[in-house]
Amino acid sequence: MHERKLGDVVLQAEGISLSFGAMRVLNNVSFDVHQGEIRSIIGPNGAGKSSMLNVINGVYHPQQGSITYRGETRQQMKVHQAAAQGIARTFQNIALFKGMSTLDNIMTGRNLKIKSNMLQQAVYWGKAQKEEIEHRRKVEEIIDFLEIQAIRKTPVGKLPYGMQKRVELGRALAAEPDLLLLDEPMAGMNVEEKEDMCRFVLDINDEFGTTIILIEHDMGVVMDLSDRVVVLDYGNQLADGPPDVVRSNQAVIDAYLGVSN
Amino acid sequence: MLYREAGEFKATYQADQAILTIRQDRWFMLALMVIAFLVIPLISSEYWLGTIMLPFLILALAALGLNVLTGYAGQLSLGTGGFMATGAFAAYKLATSFPDLHIFLVILLAGGITAVAGLLFGIPSLRIKGFYLAVATLASQFFLIWMFNKFGWFTNYSASGVISAPPMAVIGDSYVTGPYATAEAKYLFVLSIVVLFALMTKNLVRSNIGREWMAVRDMDIAAEIIGIRMLPTKLKAFAYSSFLCGIAGALWAFVYTGSVEPLAFDVNRSFQILFMIIIGGLGSIMGAFLGAGFIVLLPIFLNNAPHWIGLNIHVDLISHIEFMVFGALIIFFLIVEPHGLARLWQLLKEKLRLWPFPY
Repeated sequence: MHERKLGDVVLQAEGISLSFGAMRVLNNVSFDVHQGEIRSIIGPNGAGKSSMLNVINGVYHPQQGSITYRGETRQQMKVHQAAAQGIARTFQNIALFKGMSTLDNIMTGRNLKIKSNMLQQAVYWGKAQKEEIEHRRKVEEIIDFLEIQAIRKTPVGKLPYGMQKRVELGRALAAEPDLLLLDEPMAGMNVEEKEDMCRFVLDINDEFGTTIILIEHDMGVVMDLSDRVVVLDYGNQLADGPPDVVRSNQAVIDAYLGVSN
Repeated sequence: MLYREAGEFKATYQADQAILTIRQDRWFMLALMVIAFLVIPLISSEYWLGTIMLPFLILALAALGLNVLTGYAGQLSLGTGGFMATGAFAAYKLATSFPDLHIFLVILLAGGITAVAGLLFGIPSLRIKGFYLAVATLASQFFLIWMFNKFGWFTNYSASGVISAPPMAVIGDSYVTGPYATAEAKYLFVLSIVVLFALMTKNLVRSNIGREWMAVRDMDIAAEIIGIRMLPTKLKAFAYSSFLCGIAGALWAFVYTGSVEPLAFDVNRSFQILFMIIIGGLGSIMGAFLGAGFIVLLPIFLNNAPHWIGLNIHVDLISHIEFMVFGALIIFFLIVEPHGLARLWQLLKEKLRLWPFPY
């Protein structure tokens, strides 16, 4: 689709194996992600895609392998390390803060950037207020970008599904991440909503230069958006390469369509 | 018709982030403050100020504390009574060990000591959630009360285990504790503290720490992934919550009753305050006040209502009716309106905004 110049390797997963008891979820998975790239992970249900994202941002700790992020090699990431180093994500099943408004949800995404302490916040007047206003301005930019101005004060629990997905993307963007992990951002959406979401993903990548790792089941979307694709099946890495190459790989076709033997 | 936000435009984020964004709300709050600070002390009898308004305000402060922990941060706690006792006994030890300490400092420090106790008992919250945490906080309740009963040091070795507040004044001889204190002085002293901390709490919950608390309440895994550290965030909630409960306990012992024994802060007190925030509204500042008002005033209403309509019901029966009404109301609120009276108030305002038009 596009010949793009990609930056250096920003993230490298090396021989990642993860199991829960006797259940092997990931088996020796290795791939790298370049700066500014849209990298997709695809595979049938239960292939270990979400687990891979969870390994990258430290929710799961793999038994083997290592993660190199920004030149630093770790056995495993820790959740707060990942957040502090600019890794943000959205979830397959929406994980918004249901009792809070859209605005507050996105503001919460900026929590690591707020420096005033509890006492200053209790007094509010002064530093805390200055900071609130400054971050509000930034959050309003994100609200404009995602075209959700009309729902900024609505509690997110009342929003339709497609909007909730968008707010969740907003919350991840609020952290101004270097690496954005999107776990099925278009699941359960209609064509129009998917088109909107695709546009947002491309714009985020293009305008902010954010590196994106995307999990998606819609093959059309994956093939159009991605620079490179990793294919997982039952925790094994089947293929890795540009969309065209992956699409014609026999092992991938077998995994998706099944083999008669 | 009068309650409209149409035509009120906000040109700055500062205006949009104000506590009361609608003009009529600001007038209402101002009127409420004038009534609370000026009208009530002028027109109320000593009985009303001393036996109704004081416990209402003090319990509202405790409910505010519990609401921060349970309503905002989502950590169920049954240790409120224990923390109030800690505040009361800390204030007593401070006031008797350092007689020159100003009462405001005594109460603030008592809150601080209670915050440390809350921090300690909040540590298990990292590992246990929901009902299990409630049971763990129940342990703190029983432990603290046992401790104050067991060790004479806390009561300065008084034989009865009762502590009595020494007379203390804000300035000069305007006493707020002890026999020389007038009901008006006590009321205004407590009211000022409660208003101050209600404002502080509102500021906290609309700032970053409040959003972090609510994030932990609503979806802890997502909160962690956007960089919120569980332990510090939960411990801050425990510390601040117990800080407020400690202050409420100190005020209860010093200003309201004057002398108190640990039993005044037993597990029933914890439940009473939990009921206040359930009925008043979880996760709402207003809810703490509405709930406290409801629970303090309902028994008085039930006691007097039969006389007003000419019925003569036996006192025992009335106290039984009280239990039944409370039980029924709590079940009613849990089913019909889990967000309590505060939510009803909010709904009323939303309806008023459009009235008399349906949309």
